[in-house]
Amino acid sequence: MPPDDLAAESTGPVNDGTHSKADGAVDVGPSVDAESAEWLRTLGDTGLGREKALAQLHELLLRIARGELRRRSGQHPITGPELDDIAHQAAGDALLAITAKLDRFRGESRFTTWAYKFVILEVSAKLGRHFWQRPTVALEAEDWDRLPDRFGMGPAEQTQWHDLVTCLRRAVDEELTERQRRVFVAIVLNGVPLDALVVQLGSNRNAIYKTMFDARRKLRAALAAKGYPTLSDDVASGVPTDVDAGRRS
Amino acid sequence: MTGWFELDRFLATDPRDVGCEQAMEILHVYVELVQDDAPGEAARCYPGLAAHLAACGPCGEDFHGLLAAVEANR
Repeated sequence: MPPDDLAAESTGPVNDGTHSKADGAVDVGPSVDAESAEWLRTLGDTGLGREKALAQLHELLLRIARGELRRRSGQHPITGPELDDIAHQAAGDALLAITAKLDRFRGESRFTTWAYKFVILEVSAKLGRHFWQRPTVALEAEDWDRLPDRFGMGPAEQTQWHDLVTCLRRAVDEELTERQRRVFVAIVLNGVPLDALVVQLGSNRNAIYKTMFDARRKLRAALAAKGYPTLSDDVASGVPTDVDAGRRS
Repeated sequence: MTGWFELDRFLATDPRDVGCEQAMEILHVYVELVQDDAPGEAARCYPGLAAHLAACGPCGEDFHGLLAAVEANR
């Protein structure tokens, strides 16, 4: 499957209950819940009503950002005022994105669920950027010694995994494009979080994931061709693979 | 050979996987389906998204974050 052929999925039946009006206000459809409708009405308003709604939404987003940074505390070393600064940045940027995209809210969920998504994504992006302020890995180094531990290969299997790692390394060098190799090395061998790699390569999460997706497919085929047994696709696809080795490092 | 099967799971790709961009487009809808306590309903409605969340660490993290935010602010 080529990189651009990740499957398309319909967003399902949508409530097309909101439309942008020429004055920037948002028409609220009949099936939007009352609380969401009130958010849309006040945010689409002008003057003091809108200012009050923006302040209220910012407060809500800030609370979500702080909660999310706390929830992810085991994945980053940030604490104190710096952590709160990131929460404020995430809330502020999310508020801007939400107000700019208000006419895209289609009432498929509660307004707040839709809005929280923006701030969660901002937290992820900001943590990715923060990684490079105190990088603990070199992007280009190839730490193949990390691989056995990464995949739970114990000392008792040393001979087997030595052969496997040799085979995989050859496949990485011979089967992958330069970009696929770079992304694979950074994420799998060096433990760079995917969102941090996005920043370093000036790319986006989707593009890096697709690059990695194709690399995984090529490498699996190469190892299968060398006689390594594969789990059935049903079994393999039902198990979390977690394409972000860095998150667990 | 445990390590090999772990590696194989990591390398396996699901053709239903919709990728990050589409996943994030409908994540809020998916989270509310999950929250509505209909076991398996979200994955049945959006198999490509479910496949993606199982494979993509960052998007999976965002899913858990959004679900936690919604549940904490009900």
